[in-house]
Amino acid sequence: MHGTHPHIHDSDGNAIVIDPITRIEGHMRVEAVVDGGAVKDARCCGTLFRGFERILPGRHPLDAVRITQRVCGVCPTAHASASAFCLDEALGVADKVPPNGRLVRNLILGANFLQSHILHFFTLAALDYADVAALADYEGDESELKAVRAFIDRGELGPFFPRYEGDYRCSKDQNRTLVRNYLRALHIRRVTHEMLCIFGGKMPHNIGIVPGGVTCDVTADKISSFAGKLADVKAFIDDAYIPSVLLVAGRYADHFEIGAGCKRYLSYGVFNLDEKDTNPVRRKRLLPAGLVDADGKLSAVDAGKITEHVKHSRYDESCAAHPAEGTTCPDPGKAGAYSWLKAPRYDGGAAEVGPLARAMVGYVAGDKTIKADVDAVLSAAGISADKLSSVLGRHAARALEAQWVCNAMAGWLVQLAPSAPAAVELTIPDAGQGAGMTDAPRGALGHWIQIKDKKIDRYQLVVPTTWNASPRDAEGTPGPIEQALIGAPVKDRENPFEIVRTVRSFDPCLACAVHVLTARGRKIGEYRIV
Amino acid sequence: MAETVEIPVVWLQGAGCSGCVVSLLNSLSPSIHTVLLRELTPGKHVNLRFVLTAMAGQGQQVIDVLEGTAKAKPGGYILVMEGSVQLAHPMFATLGEQGRSEVPISKRAADLARSAMAVVAMGTCAAYGGIPAGEPNPTGAVGIGELLAREGIDTPVINIPGCPPHPDWLVGSLAAVMRYGLDAVEVDEIGRPKIFYGSLVHESCPRRADFDAGKFARNFGEPGCLYELGCKGPVTYADCPTRMWNSGTNWCVGAGSPCHGCVEPDFPDRLSPLYEKIDEERLNRFRVGAAEAK
Repeated sequence: MHGTHPHIHDSDGNAIVIDPITRIEGHMRVEAVVDGGAVKDARCCGTLFRGFERILPGRHPLDAVRITQRVCGVCPTAHASASAFCLDEALGVADKVPPNGRLVRNLILGANFLQSHILHFFTLAALDYADVAALADYEGDESELKAVRAFIDRGELGPFFPRYEGDYRCSKDQNRTLVRNYLRALHIRRVTHEMLCIFGGKMPHNIGIVPGGVTCDVTADKISSFAGKLADVKAFIDDAYIPSVLLVAGRYADHFEIGAGCKRYLSYGVFNLDEKDTNPVRRKRLLPAGLVDADGKLSAVDAGKITEHVKHSRYDESCAAHPAEGTTCPDPGKAGAYSWLKAPRYDGGAAEVGPLARAMVGYVAGDKTIKADVDAVLSAAGISADKLSSVLGRHAARALEAQWVCNAMAGWLVQLAPSAPAAVELTIPDAGQGAGMTDAPRGALGHWIQIKDKKIDRYQLVVPTTWNASPRDAEGTPGPIEQALIGAPVKDRENPFEIVRTVRSFDPCLACAVHVLTARGRKIGEYRIV
Repeated sequence: MAETVEIPVVWLQGAGCSGCVVSLLNSLSPSIHTVLLRELTPGKHVNLRFVLTAMAGQGQQVIDVLEGTAKAKPGGYILVMEGSVQLAHPMFATLGEQGRSEVPISKRAADLARSAMAVVAMGTCAAYGGIPAGEPNPTGAVGIGELLAREGIDTPVINIPGCPPHPDWLVGSLAAVMRYGLDAVEVDEIGRPKIFYGSLVHESCPRRADFDAGKFARNFGEPGCLYELGCKGPVTYADCPTRMWNSGTNWCVGAGSPCHGCVEPDFPDRLSPLYEKIDEERLNRFRVGAAEAK
């Protein structure tokens, strides 16, 4: 057999190993030393490795958009977007994407933001808070809830049992509400993909986003069909998603005190608002780019400050000496390594990415909508702004963002010009390079390409969950999820709800995170200083 | 009320992206809600015992479910495999522990397949290797059928390729197996149910008339057949043009994009570059490849 158990230092036998963490995207293991009712130390381990960067070199540059989407089936459109952005630049068309192209790209990416956030809160996270068993004695008339009771009566309870027990706090009525919304979410999540498919051709793995714009034509019937589905999704977000988050927040208010993390927030910004400004992190975006430091200070993003560490990752450090060769060196048995994730750091420190980071950046930057909506939630929950750095703060930020994106999408639909072009003609250069930076639903996403002899020479991705679920860096500083776990209370070590709720609040996507194997330990900024 | 028969299903994820399980969530009729709670086909309920993406439990308690199903229901459950199996190193993918050591997913897959009633390879990765197996195949990724052949396991395998597959292709195939038995699912020479993969995309493409008339799009967004933009419809077996995607909303060619042949064993390598025209030589290579993949 393989590996050692556990990887974490555990002289007193107090370690809890959770392998797998379920209801996330991908394969993840968490080890935590629990002593005196709290987590003393924690390690996040990515347990699957595929090696995308080695698959890309030598291929046709346009194929990168389609291949890199396959990094993640939950947020493929974000990869398609980042890949198209870096190719826009490398192919010299970054300032030539027509308005329709920019808008349809936003609509495709936006539809998947809605998909991803709804999937996360209901399909993935809700079973930590809602008790399906509360429907066992349901006597009411709702056919959906009667179906749940019939399911329970039949006695085969997968995939809802087994589960952790002992900390379901909602009333019977509240559980019914949450289960009803869990079931409604299964339907409405599908509608978000139908909406995306109108322009994107299919989902997962849309085919519409390409360098220079999008492949589809823009017609009045597509716009109205999209608008109709968007209205249905918006109604769900307003009537079910936001209220469900507030309901959970009311019953689990102590989860505003759990899982603060590194309190340092990074966003590249997302959803381009004009065509001419092409700087990857300075261009005007619906949700702004920025870095909010632990002292609450906002600064502009400088890609040259991003570094990656491999000391505790399963990659050969000798690669660092040969950056020019582009060799990739997985080292599964490396001493002291415990994850297939590398450890990206910004200006030397860990940074959290995702909806909470975007809300924090927008809030500090003074975005009126973001500030008003966040303040309203703070007031409704009766908490101060610093409590946003928490398990529930992440859920609240994600739900609010679904509203902001929904509202913006309705505006972009109106700006579309039927029959106007949505793409430009492309020529593949002999050589070129580009940086594509955008936020994905789960946070800051960067793609970097170098083209040589009309083929991909190098391709690099630094993805959201690599930031959040990173192992320790060269200085031994834990990653954001690890920091969020350390200090968290654990009331019952047989049912460590607090650990899985904390991990899940980050919406980890391990398929995205574990792919980077150009282990060179060098600055990403060497590709392109922006 | 007639009794509902429970059919245990375990969904194992290897080297994949979760796109296949997300595609299953897109099932329109029956909806995923019906599949989970009610019946997939009259009288039969999918007892989905293990699926990482949606199951409530965590850690060892779900590993117990996985291992317990193989022990308690030998020959009585269906294994759905998503993602490819990596053979180059056992630590490339692990899931849970046995005897305080991490267990390779390749071992989990073989152990579960050995005592399953049938294996369903969900997606091109699980069926033939897919994207992780693209040159230079850094992790030695193969489909589950290849793993079974190497391990001498003779459990029948149904391939449902696609990147991802259409949800109907899986749900329809499962329904057929559950209601009428394995033999009722007629497959082609590479293990795909003929009712879904029986004809070329090219045969029923709405732009076929443009192909026959020699009207070709040269750039994205132009009208005409997408052959010059690399469409692999002439060498791809799937019912996308008539079934359409995401509740019948649209499909690749409908969105102005060439078919990339994502259901084929040669996806992605031998169908690349994806946006370059297939020529006669590549067409022949493809056909040889299809025969070899059997």
